[in-house]
Amino acid sequence: MPDSILVVVEQRDGKLNRVSWETLTAGQALAAATGWTLDAAVVGKEVANLAHEVAAKKVQRSYAVESPRFEPYTPDAFAFGLKQFIESRAPQLVLMPHTYQVRDFVPKLATAMGRTVISDCVGYKKEGDKLLFTRQMFQGKLAADVSFAGPPPWFVTFQNGAFRGDKVETGASAAPVETVKVELGDGVVREKPQAMFKEAKQAVDLTQAEIIVSVGRGIKEQKNIELAKQLAEALGGEIAASRPICDSGWLPMDRQIGSSGQTVAPKLYLALGISGAIQHIVGMKGSRTIIAVNKDSEAPIFEIADYAVVGNLFDVVPPLIEEVKKAKAGS
Amino acid sequence: MPSANGRQLIYTDAFARPLLETASYVELFLKILVGMKQVPQKDAPLKLNESGTWIREDVSYEVNEPDAYALEEALRQKEKHGGEVVVITAGPARAQQVLREALAKGADRAIHLEDTAFVGLDAFNTARAFAAAIQDESFDLIFTGLQSDDYGYAQTGVILAELLGWPHATIIMQIEKKDAGIRVKRELEAGYFQFVDMPLPAVLTIQSGINKLRYATLIGIKQAKNKPLRKVAMADVQSSLSGNLQKIERLYVPQKTKNTEFLEGSAAEIAKKLVDKLRNEVRVL
Repeated sequence: MPDSILVVVEQRDGKLNRVSWETLTAGQALAAATGWTLDAAVVGKEVANLAHEVAAKKVQRSYAVESPRFEPYTPDAFAFGLKQFIESRAPQLVLMPHTYQVRDFVPKLATAMGRTVISDCVGYKKEGDKLLFTRQMFQGKLAADVSFAGPPPWFVTFQNGAFRGDKVETGASAAPVETVKVELGDGVVREKPQAMFKEAKQAVDLTQAEIIVSVGRGIKEQKNIELAKQLAEALGGEIAASRPICDSGWLPMDRQIGSSGQTVAPKLYLALGISGAIQHIVGMKGSRTIIAVNKDSEAPIFEIADYAVVGNLFDVVPPLIEEVKKAKAGS
Repeated sequence: MPSANGRQLIYTDAFARPLLETASYVELFLKILVGMKQVPQKDAPLKLNESGTWIREDVSYEVNEPDAYALEEALRQKEKHGGEVVVITAGPARAQQVLREALAKGADRAIHLEDTAFVGLDAFNTARAFAAAIQDESFDLIFTGLQSDDYGYAQTGVILAELLGWPHATIIMQIEKKDAGIRVKRELEAGYFQFVDMPLPAVLTIQSGINKLRYATLIGIKQAKNKPLRKVAMADVQSSLSGNLQKIERLYVPQKTKNTEFLEGSAAEIAKKLVDKLRNEVRVL
C-alpha cells in the first residue's frame, strides 16, 4: 500500500466547519509534493452525507467514521475512536485544523498512540526527503521549522487561515465513500458535556463594522480607553480590543477580536498598542488595511501591517484625532 | 465508585485514608498541582543562539500568563474547599523564581525539575518528566495554563492527562466542585461556552481571565522562604523519558508577507501622514 495522508475534517451539527477546506487544501498540496495518496475522514454520529460532500474534492477516498458516542463531542470518544481508525489505515501523515476542538483531543490521541503532534502550523517545506512544518513561536516573534524525529503516523494541525479554503481542488469524479463504524464501549467516555450556549446576546456585531479601532496592552490603564474611543468616534468606527483588555474588564467581552472573540475583516483595522499575538491575528488578518501603532519595533503586528508607526500611542493618537476631525470637517 | 475506565476512584482524607462515598467529601480537601512555566517577557527582544535553534538565555523572564491564572484558580479552590496547592516547573535555576512567586502568593510547596536540558524537551517528554516527578503523590486536580507564550503547543496538560489515564478538559473558564466530581465551563470558539461534568482526578487547562490575579503580600513573600521546595534532577526522571519525537531544525525571524510602510517623523507629522493615507489610499475619510 502506498503511503497516504489523512485529513480529518471538522463538522458540527451536520455542517462542515469551513476551516476543513483549508486543511484539505494543505493535504492536496502535501500529496502533490510527496506523491502520497490523500484520504479524508469525517467523524460523527451519522456523517455519510458529509463524507459525500468531501468526496467531491480531489481525494482518493472519503471516510465517514461513525459511532453514536461521537455525539456530543468528547475528547475521550474522539481520541479512542480515531485511534482505532488511524491504526487500521496506518497513514504516514494525519492533518487537522487547529480548532479548539482539535486542540482538545489531538494531543491525547497522539499520546495514546505514542506519537506527537506538531501543532498550530502555518505552512510546510519539503527539503530533500524531509518534511518540515513551520510554526510560530514566542507569540509570533519567531518562526520554527520543525521535523518529526519518531515513527509515523505524524500528526500536524494547521492554523486557521494558513491555507486557502477556496483553493481546494475538485476531483475529476466523486471519490468512493466508505463508512467505518468504530466500537466505543461503555465507560470509555468519562466527560458529560451539556449543550453549548452563548453568554449574552452580542450587543455589537463587529463583523459588520467598516472601521475598527482596536486596543491592546499598550493602552496601559482603563482610563486611557477613552482616548481610543475618541479616535473611533472621529473615524466613525467601532472600538474593539485584544483579549487581555477584555479579561481586565476594561471593555466588554463582546468587543474582543481573536480566536476566542470575533473574526473581522473591515476596510480599516487600526491597532493601538497591540503586539499581535497569534490568537489576536487570526481574528483580524483579513482586514483590507491594517495600521499598527506600537512602541516595540519587533511587535509581530508589524508583520501584517500595511502602515506602521513605531512609537508611543499616547503621542500619536491625540494629534491624529484632531487631524481626522479637521479632514472630516473639510470634506 | 468505579470510574469510567475501570480504575477505582477512592477519595482520601488528609492522612490518605480512604473515605466512604458520602456527600461529606464535597467539603473536603482538594489537592491541586499547578504546572507553571517561565517564559521570556512579552516585550523582551529575542536573540537567536549561534546554531539558530533556540533563543539566547540572556533575556528577562516572567511567568507564563495563563499559568498565573491557573495558580490563582487553584488558590481560590483551596480557599473554598480546603486542601493543598503544589506548584511544579521544569527549567534551569532561573525558573525557581516562578515557584517562589507562587509560594509567596499562597502555594504550599513546590517541585522544581531543575536542569537546563528540560528547556529542550518536547511536550511529550515534558509531560513524562512531570508524571515521573509526581508518581508518589495523589492529586485530585492538575491545572496548567492553556498554552505557553514561548512554544505555544497547547499540549503538555492534555498529554499529562493521557499519561496518567485521567480525563481532561481544555480552555476552562469556571470550576465548580460537585458531589461526584467537578463541573467545568469550557470556552469554545466564536463566543460559545459549554458546561462539562467529569469525575476526579482530572487535568484542566486554564484560560486567561478566568479570575482576577492577586498580588503577593509582604508576609506571603516572607513565608515563602520557609516553604518546602523539592528539587528533581534530570537523572531522577531520565529513565521515563525518550528521545524527542519532534525537533526544531531552525528558528528564525519570520519573513514579512506584507510590504509594510513605516511612517516616521514627529507625532504631528505622523498624524498628518496617517490622515493622508486614510483619505487617499484607504479611502475611509
